[in-house]
Amino acid sequence: MVKPPTRVTNTIRTLRFAHGEMTQAELAERIGVTRQTVIAIEQGRYSPSLEMAFQIARVFGVPLDDVFQYPG
Amino acid sequence: MSYEERNVWVMFVVSVLAYAVYVAVVLTRARDVPLTEVAYVGPLLWSIGGAIVVSILASIGVGLANRRDGHLTDQRDKEINRVGERTGQSFVVIGALAAMVLALLEADWFWIANVIYLCFVLSAVLSSMTKLAAYRQDFSTW
Repeated sequence: MVKPPTRVTNTIRTLRFAHGEMTQAELAERIGVTRQTVIAIEQGRYSPSLEMAFQIARVFGVPLDDVFQYPG
Repeated sequence: MSYEERNVWVMFVVSVLAYAVYVAVVLTRARDVPLTEVAYVGPLLWSIGGAIVVSILASIGVGLANRRDGHLTDQRDKEINRVGERTGQSFVVIGALAAMVLALLEADWFWIANVIYLCFVLSAVLSSMTKLAAYRQDFSTW
């Protein structure tokens, strides 16, 4: 049985553009991961750890809920 | 493609090629003598040794070619590696059990050595394919 994709969504792409069109490479460097990992998170192909999620939120200076959403 | 993903490709290609060359050599030698009497030890050792040397050299090459993107291994790489290794390990266990059964049946050493080598290769291939699928597809729900 194929598992359904994650229901977690994110607004990283929007937040990057709102923060001076930050590139994926810049975000990756600031949270200490590869650019490919940032791409995978943005596209919902990889769910980051809670710690990495907080690091991403801190880069944009917003609460975690503003970066990641889980529909009820 | 990340540094780690390139290394997975190297592992996959080298494992398959080394085994293919070994099988080709053994089958070629088996034209004149029965399969169990083929001198397989030399090709087997050369195949394993060659695969190790080639994969080390190829990894160095990947590292040099990837200088711009860096050699960072992050949390996702580690998780994918863990899942891949765990998947591939099943064939190591199968190989060990198969070798044990063949030894108990007093089978020819040719079969014991070859079943172990085959399972090593299958383990590497399955592990690599799992990792590549994880890199390419949705890894969020694995």
